[in-house]
Amino acid sequence: MPEGVPVELVRSLEATAREIRQEVIRMTYAAQSGHPGGSLSVTDLVTALVFHELRIDPARIDWPDRDRLVLSKGHASPALYAALALRGFLPREELSSFRQLGSRLQGHVDRTKLPCIEASTGCLGQGIGMAVGMALDARLREAPYRTYAILGDGECQAGPTWEALMAGGHYRLSNLVVILDRNGLETDGSTESIMGIEPIAEKLRAFRYHTVEIDGHDFPQILGALAEARRTTEGPTAIVARTVKGKGVSFMEGKHQYHGKPPNKAEAERALAELARPSEARP
Amino acid sequence: MIGPAESLRDAYGKALLELGEKDPNLVAMDADLSGSTRTILFGQRFPKRFFDVGVMEPTMMSIAAGLALQGRTVYASTFAVFAAGQAYNFVRQSICYNRANVKIVATHGGLLVGADGGTHQIVEDIGLMRGLPGMTVIVPADAPTTRTATFAVAERDGPAYIRLTRENLPTVTDGSFRIGKAAELRSGSDLTIVAVGSLVARGLEVAEELSKVGVSTRVLDFASVKPFDEPALLRAARETGAILVLEEHSVLTGVGALVASTTSENYPVPVRRVGVPDLFGESGEPWALMDRYGMGKERIRNEAWELLRGRGKVQ
Repeated sequence: MPEGVPVELVRSLEATAREIRQEVIRMTYAAQSGHPGGSLSVTDLVTALVFHELRIDPARIDWPDRDRLVLSKGHASPALYAALALRGFLPREELSSFRQLGSRLQGHVDRTKLPCIEASTGCLGQGIGMAVGMALDARLREAPYRTYAILGDGECQAGPTWEALMAGGHYRLSNLVVILDRNGLETDGSTESIMGIEPIAEKLRAFRYHTVEIDGHDFPQILGALAEARRTTEGPTAIVARTVKGKGVSFMEGKHQYHGKPPNKAEAERALAELARPSEARP
Repeated sequence: MIGPAESLRDAYGKALLELGEKDPNLVAMDADLSGSTRTILFGQRFPKRFFDVGVMEPTMMSIAAGLALQGRTVYASTFAVFAAGQAYNFVRQSICYNRANVKIVATHGGLLVGADGGTHQIVEDIGLMRGLPGMTVIVPADAPTTRTATFAVAERDGPAYIRLTRENLPTVTDGSFRIGKAAELRSGSDLTIVAVGSLVARGLEVAEELSKVGVSTRVLDFASVKPFDEPALLRAARETGAILVLEEHSVLTGVGALVASTTSENYPVPVRRVGVPDLFGESGEPWALMDRYGMGKERIRNEAWELLRGRGKVQ
């Protein structure tokens, strides 16, 4: 474990992430739709941001200097909704309204319905551009806020993702952090068999990003990379977080079939049972 | 009544510069066409607040949205084929779905692009932009309306699309444009010409010719395509009984389709649409293209006579 990350903090984040994963299962099961695989892969990253890294305050959602988080892979909404609920931005009971008619919790995150969302996303390749706009705004007004964008790896096949990455590099936006949830899978299978994006870290470096590769389920590594991003002043940082799609639920792990398929009753019960205890306790 | 031709793009560039002086938070963007769109005037005066992002029109729209969501007014310009065509889903999600305060001022709409040819002559943009929830759509007929419209969209929170044309156009209005209001440029009782953009002047010319043979033609400039002045349209339907629509746009999805559907639901009268048929354009001298693709004065005259004959106004 790298120096400076207290073990209690790591344990606390792990426990929170476990709760969020349980909510992801409950939400996608209740809605009988949604994207459990990519929500579970991104959960630890979202947890680290919402519960440690971001300067945000549930009592002041329009605080001008709050850090901005853009979930460019908007289909991972259950993970973000659950994290924001646990952090106090919305009532936890509201999570059961996910994807229901009239809900603030749209299938893909929607700022016009849920104001603590910084940008509505869903159609891929757009969140990074909006994050670049936010980072430019902070620079123009000399505001201290930082902008974080979470990108999916299937999304790296989209041309506009690279347009926006190019812009972040060109403008040397040191207040911008791009986090890639590199779970390796998309709807139809593995990214590398469908349309390979590797060598992704080299590509990001070529686009002028200070690029860090980490295990996206290891909190000390996640926090270390975020701290490194804060220390990087000459340009934007990219964190390539190697993750496992469906992480935490044994039968979903590494299965692209759970990209956009909710669990049935038996699967939900089994998943919740697995997630009810710390991962070390599992066989 | 019809003044000398002036550049709509220059009028936009100058108005944007004035807006920049007034609002220190206003940001302008372009995608490598700042000389043509005239955002260069703003860029030279306010280099820090001007972002020429190069050839990335979709991402220009999402960056614009990201800036606007922080409380800024953002003007983003490029040619219409890129703004409405290339970037459509970015205008839809990043800007409209997010209700971002971005004003897209698209130049080079329609066939009057001329020599560059059909690839660049978008005649579908009004339909695309009009279909987006929350979008304001304005098609100015001249430089004074361009100037007023550039200011007017700044006053109205939310996304807007202003479609300009490459060619200089005769001045036909006094610039008293208001969002949501049609301008009656000529009163009349036998027939109404509803026109937008480059064809408003031709509409006035034909109306003048018709007056010499005793036909009284009302001419409405519908620069505000959305919101649309439905009362003015229905009043024209009631009072003149026939409507001729002129637009440099596909008749499938443009103002003609809007006029026909609005009247047929509320007060059915004969409507004829002059515009681009279901075709792509081609290279050519701009106004020769307009004649070739069915928007010539002869065609407009013939359609007017058809409507008048149908109503028994003439033999």
